[in-house]
Amino acid sequence: MSKLREVYGEKIDQILALYPAGKQKSAVLPLLHLSQVVYGGWATDEAKADVAGILGVDPTHVHSIAGFYTLYYEKPVGKYVLEICNDLACALRGADEFLEMATKKLNTPNHGTSADNLFTIENVMCIGACDRAPVLQCNLKFHEHLDEAKFDALITTLRAQAKKDEQSPTISEQILADIH
Amino acid sequence: MSQKHVLLRHRDVPDIHQLDVYRANGGYEALEKAVKEMSPADVQGEVKASGLRGRGGAGFPTGLKWSFVPKDADEVYIVINTDESETGTFKDRELLERNPHQVIEGAILAAYAVGAKTVYNYWRGEYMDAAHECQQAVKDAYAAGLLGENILGSDFSCDFINHFGAGAYICGEETALLNSLMGELGQPWSKPPFPAVEGLYSKPTVVNNTETLANVPPIIANGGDWYKALGPSERSTGVKVVCISGHVKRPGNYEVALGSVTYRDLIFGEEYAGGITNDNKFKALLPSGGSGPLMNDQMLDCDFTYEGPEAPEIGSVMGSASLIVMDETTDMVWAAKKATHFFKHESCGKCTPCREGTFWMESLLKRIMDGDATQNDVDVLNSVATNIGGRTLCALGEFARNPSLSSIRLFPEDYKAKLKVSDVHALPVAAD
Repeated sequence: MSKLREVYGEKIDQILALYPAGKQKSAVLPLLHLSQVVYGGWATDEAKADVAGILGVDPTHVHSIAGFYTLYYEKPVGKYVLEICNDLACALRGADEFLEMATKKLNTPNHGTSADNLFTIENVMCIGACDRAPVLQCNLKFHEHLDEAKFDALITTLRAQAKKDEQSPTISEQILADIH
Repeated sequence: MSQKHVLLRHRDVPDIHQLDVYRANGGYEALEKAVKEMSPADVQGEVKASGLRGRGGAGFPTGLKWSFVPKDADEVYIVINTDESETGTFKDRELLERNPHQVIEGAILAAYAVGAKTVYNYWRGEYMDAAHECQQAVKDAYAAGLLGENILGSDFSCDFINHFGAGAYICGEETALLNSLMGELGQPWSKPPFPAVEGLYSKPTVVNNTETLANVPPIIANGGDWYKALGPSERSTGVKVVCISGHVKRPGNYEVALGSVTYRDLIFGEEYAGGITNDNKFKALLPSGGSGPLMNDQMLDCDFTYEGPEAPEIGSVMGSASLIVMDETTDMVWAAKKATHFFKHESCGKCTPCREGTFWMESLLKRIMDGDATQNDVDVLNSVATNIGGRTLCALGEFARNPSLSSIRLFPEDYKAKLKVSDVHALPVAAD
């Protein structure tokens, strides 16, 4: 049984219906996004096989797609993935120093996950918020105009949230499972 | 020099992202006029007359692009390119976050003009958080009969679908975008076939940038001649959103009529970015994200038009108008390395000169940064960058050369200061 279908039910069919008959392969990206929500935050082999099963394509195809795009994670990630941009425009406004501060504070290497499995830090290319640098996305939610104090406050909030184990829907769930 | 908000209208009209506010301010009147009073050819004609060009950076005439779609096609698609990923570019995000109906209306008008019944809006995956308003706007437009069957009582029907990518700059290249939308790897194909003839699902497809389409409703409402008259020349018509980032006092988006300001105005003008942070001295400008050749202080007085930065003595481009401003404290080898790292990361790997060239350029820049390089390494960097030119399927390879070539050309002293030997000769000038 497809876990994706179990969780999202007819939403899956609504997503498939956005593309012409016979062209359902187009849904590979939205389904991979949702599969990461269902399979613990990253593109596990099971997640990719699930997507492949729904689309009727070879799992190796889904595997190659997952490897091509940066938002599909190929190894386990923390509950909160912090994508920090230190591209040129952001770096001119202190993003390199911000990234270094963040990795030190969470005792997490860049592209690594904290010991408590709460935080993964990924330094990423431009995320379209250069005028508000330093910036990060936490599970794709924008946090802008950051400094050390704001970063500390964010981390405190996230830790408290994690303790209560609040199951608030992620951005990708909100957007991708909300089909008109 | 006054601001003209044709595109950033949300700055003049609060809550324009809401359908009733948008309509109360003339929204969807252009669509009504088109479907009730104009033929598809009339709509194309107005856009051609306006001189509107692709605002994603390539600057191809929009009306001409539309006219390439075969008239007898059974299925045509409009695809909006919202894969905004160029370093320093954040205009399409603001348009869709704050004024989404204008883009939606522009896309429906484009669909009407070329006979399309479906619009796909391809967003970069990182913009999901910016898509809430657009998603709501699409629902509201359907509920109001502005999307779906028999739009505004006409026999024209059109669907609008938001589709999300997953992090790949290359998908801003139109054929890579279409491959991605079809569920394939986001890699460009060798043209021909051009998308207007054979695009999405092998059907004629028009791929337009988000900002480009936001221009279409005002063009249809006010006429192509009105839009054209906003700019100074045949090639530079209308308005453009300029993204300004880096070492400036007020980074952000600014809308200007083409030719109404110079680059210096945009960086130093009180109405615009307001000058350099801490009143430091200006050093360099990347005028089109990481993609366009650098400009120095002597070049800033050129007009903000397509032609301005292309003057032979400047040798740059307007492109997407993403201005990354750097002050006197910025090391241009460091900046070139940052920009080159971006292209190395984003190269899709299909063409060897781009895949290998970006790798070697970054390695050489790192060696120079580390103080381990001699003049010979700079020569090799220059040679690698030069030789990528004209040898890749898409523009990513061409863009990737510019940070190295233009920094060597304009800021040789930054390179010289890092070389191991003290008796360096004059740095070479790029072969092209």
